[in-house]
Amino acid sequence: MSMTQETSAALPRRTMPQGLIAARNIVVFLTRSPTSLFGLVVLGLLLILALFAPLIATHDPYMQDLQNTLHPPSSDYLFGTDELGRDIFSRLVHGSRITLTIIFLVTIVVGPLGLIFGTVAGYFGGKVDTVLMRITDIFLSFPSLILSLAFVAALGPSLNNAIIAIALTAWPPIARLARAETMTFRQADYISAARLQGASPARIIWRSIVPMCLPSVLIRLTLNMATVILTAAGLGFLGLGAQPPLPEWGAMIATGRRYMIDSWWLVTFPGLAILSVSLAFNLLGDGLRDALDPKQMNRR
Amino acid sequence: MKPITINDLCITFGAVQVLHNISLDVKAGECFGLVGESGSGKSTILRCISRLNDSWTGDVRIGDSAVRDMEVSDRCRMMQMVFQDPYGSLHPRHSIRTTLEEGLRINKLDDREGRMIRAMRDVGLPVEFLDRYPHQLSGGQRQRVAIARALILEPDVLLLDEPTSALDVSVQAEVLNLLVRLQKEKGFTYLMVSHDLAVVDHMCDRFAIMQHGRVVEVLPREAITQGGATQTYAQDLIGASLEYEHAI
Repeated sequence: MSMTQETSAALPRRTMPQGLIAARNIVVFLTRSPTSLFGLVVLGLLLILALFAPLIATHDPYMQDLQNTLHPPSSDYLFGTDELGRDIFSRLVHGSRITLTIIFLVTIVVGPLGLIFGTVAGYFGGKVDTVLMRITDIFLSFPSLILSLAFVAALGPSLNNAIIAIALTAWPPIARLARAETMTFRQADYISAARLQGASPARIIWRSIVPMCLPSVLIRLTLNMATVILTAAGLGFLGLGAQPPLPEWGAMIATGRRYMIDSWWLVTFPGLAILSVSLAFNLLGDGLRDALDPKQMNRR
Repeated sequence: MKPITINDLCITFGAVQVLHNISLDVKAGECFGLVGESGSGKSTILRCISRLNDSWTGDVRIGDSAVRDMEVSDRCRMMQMVFQDPYGSLHPRHSIRTTLEEGLRINKLDDREGRMIRAMRDVGLPVEFLDRYPHQLSGGQRQRVAIARALILEPDVLLLDEPTSALDVSVQAEVLNLLVRLQKEKGFTYLMVSHDLAVVDHMCDRFAIMQHGRVVEVLPREAITQGGATQTYAQDLIGASLEYEHAI
């Protein structure tokens, strides 16, 4: 009790940055394990590349130089040039913006959508649950790449349609997860207490249930990002995602495929970029799982 | 101060009838105990009154109005509940401030800060605890917060679902004394579930003994020490409890 007197002065300021403290704890935890540190570093690099793309890129990513086609990696062209003489390094750097856009847009669609579907189904149960979960089942039963293909084929190939298509197929697992989480504590006393205080179902879901589901949904979203990147690259590779001349990594592999035997650098570097970013997301997701585990939280 | 009247309360879960025509009268300002073995339906009665469980038949009134006809906000301001497990009844990711403020926001009460401070003082917790999280508090402190959360809406009736059984003995006494003091100060009507006759003896004016979803007998507090139970089961229960106490 003697402690409470001295802390009382600091208390009004401590209420807000509680989230910041938690975020710092999580980052500190992540840097402790080498694998998640690797994920963090690669994603940090990706972010820096995307933010400062025009400064980092050595050439204009769209500028063709037909005198210099299929130039092998050299000091002038760090990763070589493609069949139209464009610098591959600069295209990769600019392509990181496209990758990040895809990830960002897919995440802000998929996260809330899955969370709402799952928590509503889990909290109400009964008929609501049945209807919502059957809808989820329908989306879940399509192979995601095939549904994306059908969608893009119907609406025409473009980056935006690819993003919508990926979002459409990526939310059901999140909804499943959120529902399962919700069901484990919808009978908890603190939910009953909220009901006794007169809270509406919407308020209970938003204030009491969503904060409990958020960690596992975040982990799942991070792990999902690798799949999202691969699907986007796959769609780009099939010519259904980003259209030329956009420097999308999957599309770069697709066009480089024809020259693969003689000019290995055309496919290798975009391939390595896709590999390292999806690996980084997977490792980060694994790390987050440990960091956000409620038991670990209590220990801190 | 409002009385609770229960008439013919029945509830069935699947094929099992859990409560058989329960009728009880709890006087205004009284502390009424519900005792019985596990599964005898004590907690279910509380969940029916509070409408956490709504598939019952019969009639439950607080004061003059039936709980089923009340507006949600009126019901919340009239009756609150304290749960058994203080580790499960506070939201683990809400600070005490958020927990207490939630009810005030929902019911659109003014002077939230003042009410929270008064509620914390009422349950004997330092006001600085408002910014703590449940995992930073001990079991007894958490139960005090749970009581504060119930108090803050200024109800007339408090439903207590074994409020001390998850706490160790010294803390039990603290919380029980707190409840007794609050009743004296604010004139609550308590309906308390317990399986501990010592607790009932300490707190309650009258108590009902339950078995298999039926009320066996309603007895005054003195019946525990002086005898006075007429039903065999009631005599057995009280006898067993006294024997157990002598043994320790």
